[in-house]
Amino acid sequence: MDLSFTPEQEELRAQARSFLSETPEPTWAQLSELGWTGVSVPEELGGAGLGFVEQGILHEETGRALVHTPFWSTLGVALVALPPAEQARVASGEASWALALGDLVPDLDTVTNVAVVRGDGVHELVGFERELLETTDGTRPLGRIVGGETGALLAGTDVLPAVRMRSLASLALEACGVGHHALELAIAFVSEREQFGRRIGSYQAVAHPLADAYMGLELARSLALWAAWCIAAGDEQAPVAAAAAKAQAAEAAVFACERSIQAHGGIGFTWEHPLHRYYKRALWIQSWEASGAELRAEVAASLFGGEGA
Amino acid sequence: MDFRDTPDEAAFRTELRAWLRSNLPGELRGHVGGAARFDGDALREWSRLLGEAGYAGLTWPEEYGGGGKPYTYQAIFFEEAGRAEAPPHVGVIGLGMAGPTIMAHGTPEQKARHLHRILSAEEIWCQGFSEPAAGSDLAGVRTSARLDGDRFVVDGQKVWSSFAHLADFCILLARSDPASERHAGLTYLIVDMHAPGVEVRPLRQITGEAEFNEIFLDGAEVPVENVLGEIGGGWQVAMTTLLHERGTLGFALTAQLEVAVRKLLELARERGADPIQRDALAREWIELQGLRVTAYRSLSALMKTGIPGPEGSILKLRWSEANQRLTALALELLGPRAALAAGSAPHDGYWQHQQLRSRGNTIEAGTSEILRNIVAERVLGLPRSR
Repeated sequence: MDLSFTPEQEELRAQARSFLSETPEPTWAQLSELGWTGVSVPEELGGAGLGFVEQGILHEETGRALVHTPFWSTLGVALVALPPAEQARVASGEASWALALGDLVPDLDTVTNVAVVRGDGVHELVGFERELLETTDGTRPLGRIVGGETGALLAGTDVLPAVRMRSLASLALEACGVGHHALELAIAFVSEREQFGRRIGSYQAVAHPLADAYMGLELARSLALWAAWCIAAGDEQAPVAAAAAKAQAAEAAVFACERSIQAHGGIGFTWEHPLHRYYKRALWIQSWEASGAELRAEVAASLFGGEGA
Repeated sequence: MDFRDTPDEAAFRTELRAWLRSNLPGELRGHVGGAARFDGDALREWSRLLGEAGYAGLTWPEEYGGGGKPYTYQAIFFEEAGRAEAPPHVGVIGLGMAGPTIMAHGTPEQKARHLHRILSAEEIWCQGFSEPAAGSDLAGVRTSARLDGDRFVVDGQKVWSSFAHLADFCILLARSDPASERHAGLTYLIVDMHAPGVEVRPLRQITGEAEFNEIFLDGAEVPVENVLGEIGGGWQVAMTTLLHERGTLGFALTAQLEVAVRKLLELARERGADPIQRDALAREWIELQGLRVTAYRSLSALMKTGIPGPEGSILKLRWSEANQRLTALALELLGPRAALAAGSAPHDGYWQHQQLRSRGNTIEAGTSEILRNIVAERVLGLPRSR
């Protein structure tokens, strides 16, 4: 066993981090030029032909940078339900997709296409209107679809379990990026800020909650990488790993943001400080798809051999 | 990134499982009392078997009689021995702490004298670091070592020493310069536990067992050639020991937790669990998987650098807290029967014992408070608290 990243994977992460620090609001076309929109699309379709672990690195980094693009909706959720021709359009940057699984649909402000589940298939939706809703996390707005007709069949509904586990695993990785960034802001702040003649990070009442936040995030990152690897390798534990990862990572990210706000004192509670944007994304992730309690009920069902409560 | 064993690792694991099935004596399996449960002979015999089969010192260099294997093999050994509920090697302190410290700082004579005998379980070791007034603050050591010709005369008291009642040697930290303070003036000694002036008294703990001991030193003589490292340079040597204490330990802890989670699931099936208890159980299973993968991740880092990183502190801290929650949940599942003990209790009092024992987990081998300091200062780089 070897859980280290390959040099290519490290390079992908370094490239992502440096690009996103210089370009905090990238366009879909820019992500396509970098090859990110086709990171896990087969090479014959114009993609990079890499796996879910590499895609996962980008979910973590785009989470960390709080990127406002449909990267997660398209790659993390919809991609596995798209036929080859549509995957090629995603890789080339022509298309981005949201898959509507309930009445609230993420990223409706930016996606070019929308898919819906009708009968026993995932279909493209055509001729619809978009109603954008006010959303706490402005970088991932939710919306509603009004009207529209069922268009081309994209995939059978048998793809939905794969959609769900990818969605959960990619959200877990995003949450790790969000939480780690919030923690880094806290570390920088408490290492500078002085009260009572000392840097406040030297007080254990300040330092220990940050240590707890870090440990929670590291365990979450382990679970998220495990889930990503299981998905990439087709391991049978992928669904339970993804559920476990999302439950732990969302909670760890929210906890890290809350500890970070507290460590910042008043400034962390202001609109002008960036911290609240990370907090709102963490809360968004926690609320989406399934709550921690629902995911743990799934884990428990698998542990108890599927018997009811 | 690959979570699977390599073909060589898989073969080693298969062979080890088969070996444990045929060699682990039934009466040693699934013990609950740590080292105290057994007389020295049964443990020594088990440890001798481990040594003969090549499972002791797996990662030690071949020149010292070790297996010369990568750390993954040690991790696999801890995992499988933990799953099989095998007792620890009686020389766990020799193998994990004294041995690596002798390899790093010992003279050729010390290496030749001790390393092979640690592997073969002919020598059992204990650790003499903590004192009544020097616990988390180890630099407060007061036990004195007075140089008198070619020997040190040692006086003082050590505490929380596992295996001391069986041990032949002790790695002991003492103050050799009476005028010194804190980290300076300490010397690291190899003490013969059978020498005159060395007395061991067992300490009875809240489980009722005596797993730890006090060591009283009253004019005990230690030849100068038993100094490990430099006279007065004991602190640096002790840091080597503590680094190794938490090295691959994470795998042993994770394997123990895996067994505990499995037994807790059996208990929950047997006695029924409500949705809140099922949620708590799922939480601990998730924690276990997180710890398992974190142990693998830190191992991959160790393989690259050769030095255990501070991740060991994370594993130890989260494991200890998980074990406390988990054993408390077991008592909740037992209802009023949780108040019964030993033979009167379900499963021979296994859970009652485990729950009480778990309170020591956040204290031994670095309290949770000290480990949080380590994470805050050495991992996050926060300003020092003192």
